[in-house]
Amino acid sequence: MKAFRTLGLVLLAAVMTLTAMAQSAGELRFCLRSEPRTFDPLLVSDEASDTVRYLTGGVLVRINRQTQTLEPELASSWKVSKDSRSISFALRDRIFYSDGSPFTADDVAATVKRMMAPETHSPMADAFGAGGEKTDIKVLSPTRVTITFAAPIAGLDRLFDEVAIVSSRSPRKEMAALGPYYVADHKAGSYVYLRRNPNYWKKDSSGQAMPYIEAIRLDIQANRDIELLRMQRGEIHLINSLDAEYFDRLKSINPSLVYDAGPSLDSEQMWFNQVPNAPVAAYKLKWFRSSNFRHAVSMAINRADLARIVFGSHAQPAIGPVSPANKFWFNRKLRPTQYDTGVALRQLQQDGFRLNGGVLRDREGHAVEFSVITNAGNKYRERMATMIQQDLGKIGIRLNIVTLDFPSLIERIAEKFNYEAALLGTVNAGLDPNEQMNMWLSSGENHQWNPRQKSPETTWEAEIDRAMKAQSQLSNPMKRKVYFDRVQEIVVREAPFIYLVNRNALSAISTSIRGAAPVAMRPQAYWNIERMSLTDGKKVH
Amino acid sequence: MKLLRKLAWIILLTVAALSAMASVLSTSGYATQFREETSAAPSRQHWLGTDELGRDRFARLLYGTRISLGLAPVAALLATALAAAIGGGAGYLGGRWQRGMTVMIDLFLCLPWLFLLVIARAMLPLNVSPMVSVLVTFGLLGALGWAGPARVVAASVAALRDSECVLQARAVGTTEWRILLRHIFPRLLPILSAQFLILVPVFVLSEANLGMLGLGVAEPLPSWGSLLREMESLYGLTSAPWRLVPLGLLMLVVNSLQLVMGDEETSA
Repeated sequence: MKAFRTLGLVLLAAVMTLTAMAQSAGELRFCLRSEPRTFDPLLVSDEASDTVRYLTGGVLVRINRQTQTLEPELASSWKVSKDSRSISFALRDRIFYSDGSPFTADDVAATVKRMMAPETHSPMADAFGAGGEKTDIKVLSPTRVTITFAAPIAGLDRLFDEVAIVSSRSPRKEMAALGPYYVADHKAGSYVYLRRNPNYWKKDSSGQAMPYIEAIRLDIQANRDIELLRMQRGEIHLINSLDAEYFDRLKSINPSLVYDAGPSLDSEQMWFNQVPNAPVAAYKLKWFRSSNFRHAVSMAINRADLARIVFGSHAQPAIGPVSPANKFWFNRKLRPTQYDTGVALRQLQQDGFRLNGGVLRDREGHAVEFSVITNAGNKYRERMATMIQQDLGKIGIRLNIVTLDFPSLIERIAEKFNYEAALLGTVNAGLDPNEQMNMWLSSGENHQWNPRQKSPETTWEAEIDRAMKAQSQLSNPMKRKVYFDRVQEIVVREAPFIYLVNRNALSAISTSIRGAAPVAMRPQAYWNIERMSLTDGKKVH
Repeated sequence: MKLLRKLAWIILLTVAALSAMASVLSTSGYATQFREETSAAPSRQHWLGTDELGRDRFARLLYGTRISLGLAPVAALLATALAAAIGGGAGYLGGRWQRGMTVMIDLFLCLPWLFLLVIARAMLPLNVSPMVSVLVTFGLLGALGWAGPARVVAASVAALRDSECVLQARAVGTTEWRILLRHIFPRLLPILSAQFLILVPVFVLSEANLGMLGLGVAEPLPSWGSLLREMESLYGLTSAPWRLVPLGLLMLVVNSLQLVMGDEETSA
């Protein structure tokens, strides 16, 4: 028995020593919330695959997540043509993939060609417009390449932030990486192991090769509670995106672990169904299509309370379609919608609504009652809906909350239009308004309140269409902004989307990490991975 | 054991009485949001503290108990009635009818009921008041919960159909309806009441499951399901152990129901 105990102790000590050695050798650990669907950077459509792509993919240009400006990476310089159809890249010389194969303009050409090929079904191809087969790629030399697209693309250079260049020669294909790390091991459902790319081209100001951290272990862990527990125990180094509730819990345990980078690019919003032939009562459709009604509802919602109570003050009342976190495109002239039930009621009276005995009635005597659908299981949205229910009750509107499973919800809002109002969120990975074209154009699939219009049904939607198209044909960002500022003003005035809050970008980072500088843009916590390092120590924090 | 059953009855009656007097006992409405007192600890004003939206947890527990405990028996009654009609019909008609019905019951029992409920819930009209949504939720539970009891009822009725008393009744020319009502149904009552009592705690827990998924009773109405959602995370419980009270009450009531049910089954 004694021998067994001794053996056990020896084994335990060995495991602890090995663990300590692994960490002191520089292994960063954090969790992916699902299995990456692909390691092919051109087919990425989920968050886990995007994480792997960010850490392993080499791109021509990169948006600096802190300054939100475009910086050279594999391309030392680039030039966009005046008509915004062509882009020419001058590539860095003597760059090699993780497996030693050289990087040349042929790789860029092969990557773009494959991305634009319809049979690839690359989710990124949409951003570069239709007519993939018409894309003209000219390799001028091993370090010079010009790509011409079928139509003008505003913000063309910024789109290359997501295009990881795949080797055209390497037998390892997409597994040969140009980024700071490469995939060394992967056990499905368990982990993805990344090792430092020995051929990574970047060096710091002192000439030291980057990245500093030797390896990254991405544990696949869907349960947020377990992720938090592991962070507390010091088994992982960071949590990239934290819920407000988890943030506060972690803060109460160790305040030095958590970072609130302020409002993120994401927003939570509510909208009314304005589809003319939707299976909704005609008198209700009339309310929903009235900008006075929508604006009054917007004014009756206490956004400050939503941000304070539902998100524990880790959110900001939303001002409009663009978060203030989007430094360039946010329209600073816009003012937050004031919470004022008195003004809201007066605005409703303009449309013939009357408040009698605590019940708001329209001109024809119908009591104002509608339902809002949201996805079941999302406690933040359910809580927001419950608070809005009480807020609207103050102006005599009865709101019924319906939580649905996600497929049923999508079917109702995108196919059958069998709903009255919806409460959902928008996740914005990019900064450029062109990425939201499908949402703002009246013909767009994601023009949620009334999608796929043959021609704009309202004058203000026609104006949005014109402004969005005009900005997309310009290359000068300042001129584009004038148009997009106008779009934001119209959206706030007409309230097709009632923007509620912008969630803050919350993350947890171990004190044993140096160089971390969490930001609002994805990936918030590890955007500067190559500059991050681990301090020596057995414990993570 | 007898003492335990008595205790169970006392618990059930006390809980029922407390929930019936919810409006008298609670200091505020179940939906009132005290937005400056969110997630508050128990106090004189809020005996069980407040939830994340500042609603009085004690009031929500009383009203939630009233809903869950009041409507679960109604749903159980509906399921038992369906089981009596479908199972009883199959058992009494026998032959192909019984075989066909058995296949249908087996098929129904094979269906994943939770998904069935989710689908059925998604197909319902959206614009219904919270009270109607409660009735719909429990109505669905009742409408989908008949298959298990129906199998028991079918077997019992098939046995009764060939019993001596039924043969004698038939021999003296009693009509089939009269046989069913006067000879079979009274003998079936203890089985039906046992099935009813089995279903009550099952439906209480089913609603709690649906509520945990956010698919149960609509806001702002409380139910045990929605109250139990507060216990989704371990951290909330360690920092605010009073959140465990709804779970404690649920366990107490379900165990009491099972004890009472055991008593009824024995006497049946």
